Amino acid sequence: MPERVGVYICHCGSNIAGKIDIEKLAGFAEKLDNVALVRDYKFMCSDPGQNLIQSDLEAGLIDRVVVASCSPLMHENTFRKVCERSGVNPYLFTMTNIREQCSWVHIDEASSTEKAMDLLAASVRRAVYLEPLEKREVAINPRTLVIGGGIAGIQAALDLAEAGKEVVLVEREPSIGGHMAKFDKTFPTLDCAACILTPRMVQIGQHANIHLMSYAEVEEINGYVGNFNIKVRQKARYVDADLCNGCGMCWEKCPGTRVPRKGNVHEKLSLGPTSSIYMPFMQAIPAIPVIDRESCLYFQKGKCRICEQVCERNAINYDMEDSFEEFEVGNIIIATGFQPFDPSVIKRYGYGTLPNVLTSVEFEIMNCASGSTGGKILKADGTEPKSIGIVHCVGSRDKHYHEYCSRVCCMYALKFAHLIKEKTDAEVYNFYIDLRCFGKGYEEFYDRLLGEDVRFIRGKVGEISRWVAEEDEKDQLIVRVEDTLVGAVRRIPLDMVVLCTALEKQDGLDRVAKMCSVSVGKDGFIIEKHPKLGPVSTATDGVFIVGVAQSPKDIPDTVAQASAASSAVLSMITREKIEIEAATAEIIEEKCSGCRICNNLCPYLAINFDEEKKVSIINEALCKGCGTCVAACPSNAITAKHFNDKQIFAEIEGLLSAR
Amino acid sequence: MEFEPKLVGFLCNWCSYTGADLAGTARISYAPNLRAIRVMCSGRIDPTFIIKALYEGADGVLIAGCHPGDCHYQEGNYKALRRYKLLKRILPEYGVEPERVHLEWVAASEGEKFAKVVNEFTDKIKKLGPLNMKQSIFDSMKEDIVVHESAGEEKGGEADEA
Repeated sequence: MPERVGVYICHCGSNIAGKIDIEKLAGFAEKLDNVALVRDYKFMCSDPGQNLIQSDLEAGLIDRVVVASCSPLMHENTFRKVCERSGVNPYLFTMTNIREQCSWVHIDEASSTEKAMDLLAASVRRAVYLEPLEKREVAINPRTLVIGGGIAGIQAALDLAEAGKEVVLVEREPSIGGHMAKFDKTFPTLDCAACILTPRMVQIGQHANIHLMSYAEVEEINGYVGNFNIKVRQKARYVDADLCNGCGMCWEKCPGTRVPRKGNVHEKLSLGPTSSIYMPFMQAIPAIPVIDRESCLYFQKGKCRICEQVCERNAINYDMEDSFEEFEVGNIIIATGFQPFDPSVIKRYGYGTLPNVLTSVEFEIMNCASGSTGGKILKADGTEPKSIGIVHCVGSRDKHYHEYCSRVCCMYALKFAHLIKEKTDAEVYNFYIDLRCFGKGYEEFYDRLLGEDVRFIRGKVGEISRWVAEEDEKDQLIVRVEDTLVGAVRRIPLDMVVLCTALEKQDGLDRVAKMCSVSVGKDGFIIEKHPKLGPVSTATDGVFIVGVAQSPKDIPDTVAQASAASSAVLSMITREKIEIEAATAEIIEEKCSGCRICNNLCPYLAINFDEEKKVSIINEALCKGCGTCVAACPSNAITAKHFNDKQIFAEIEGLLSAR
Repeated sequence: MEFEPKLVGFLCNWCSYTGADLAGTARISYAPNLRAIRVMCSGRIDPTFIIKALYEGADGVLIAGCHPGDCHYQEGNYKALRRYKLLKRILPEYGVEPERVHLEWVAASEGEKFAKVVNEFTDKIKKLGPLNMKQSIFDSMKEDIVVHESAGEEKGGEADEA
């Protein structure tokens, strides 16, 4: 009996029906070979829509399904499940994209309809050649890799560990904590950042289910969902983590220094000790110092070894080398955070050349009670500023640098203004484009600041310079800005300027993305599976993104996303097994000439040569179904399941059959 | 009536098909001439697919894959590039202008680029005019026969299609 194809055309409300003549399309479909029935419905993906297909399949009216609706990337799975429920192999279904690639992008109804007809004819022909495929299941390794130990990674790791699952947390820096560990207060509640973060860091360090690898970097990721093979480089600390008890004798006695010896207050800004052997900050987890090779006298000049002498536990080891650890995980969470935009590229702001121009991260460190200024706000010469300007949107919302809004700057600028008012008598100016105070309690915080005698000037700062005019301006910075509410260009002398720099993709995110086979957008952040419905998943199963790795966001949103990702991972682990793509490649032994061309083509090393039979063999567990070997085989011995030559030829014929 | 070319596109699932979807989500309109076929990777695109499409009546074929280094399967797009370059050398033998087959890298985030690529390709093929490959193969074979019989000078392979 010939194949009987059922064609279902979706109106998608007016999304498709508004541009494509559904009646004409249905009439066209009815005349196609092998089409047993054609139905159209307002929303095929809705329950009644799905039921239409199910009842036709169950009644035995059809044995192949074509749904002409949105993109397969949207609903392929939905309709595959309908087939499954109806007792029909899900691979006997195919989808025609008449929305994203047709009705949404063409203006003219006649040509949209014509294109939809061609696309549908192709799908129907393809459907005839579809073959049932067997489901493949793989076991999921319950261990998870979390890349990045900022607040995002910490939250995700703790959620999983608390649920009793093993986590490997890899952090590039000597300590976890990320940017949040550098902050003194957090907006809008003005919670002390350390008070809410450090208990969580300690939990990470002590948790039996968390294997923390700090000062380490992921080098290689291979495998697929459920079974990723990970290789991590443990960078040499020159301090034996098992012996060190973090007593601090070494950095107290160390004669080297990581900061310029003769530097001013701003050049010497630091959270932890400024010595060559140091802890990044005093609450570091793990509480183990690391030697900075660049400034260490022993590594640079061959003499010193004072830290070795003062260490009672003999934990210093100058001969330590990078080591590698390999392990398997089932899922990966990317929580690599951000790096601040370097404002020195905006020459007219003078960062790096003018004194008293700081970035927001530097200003955070200055405000931090455990930092080098003890939380005091000071000018480079050590005196208290009398006036401070805060410049918003430096590198954000600017087509020359980053078009996007960094989402946190308005709020931390308000926080800065509040801290300045609290700690000094300085006048505060906020130079803003718009104030975006969108979160819970944010607008209220802004309202509160309006009552704290903070000045708000709406305008983008044009220039920061040293063009002083009067004697009392001689140590000051001159800010020129167009006050767009007054309609005048203003010249404002200030003692200090803080630049609210954009949140940029973390250095090395591209490399991580590539290792995980996920894509980055033009803004450099990783693209999520769906902007609304899949904000923590990616196109690669088993790889999740949280925090700024996905896009700029504040701490509450990051934490929420981290918990979302860990719950997504938990649901994977709890299933124990996951279905993976059945569409792999297969070698037909009789046709294989044993030329071995395909052997070296496979990026997953899934093809081996059987020396006895003299034919190549594909290991299905490793094959991901890209089809590169299929196109290369000179004997046509390899078939790509679900994308075989017959199916694609049929599709081509269908596309071009109307002419 | 103006000549409306019929174009076939082979798009890789991860970058280019997603990029084409993004053009849709962002409602960026472009020429309706291209009909896309989704493959998992541009590395799956067998040159015979392209010949088949041209033979069946397509006036041009667009191949789109992930940018170099971004391939979801690591390096399928490099394989596609090699095959594409070789194929372009062979096309004149069939009386087909090599410009009728075009490869472009389109990332998942490049909806705008996808629309631009389709528009430009459509314009290019409009200028080249329709292709009748079945006829041109016949013509080029006729020519080959002449070449063999006379065992004489090789012709460049450019079919003199009107």
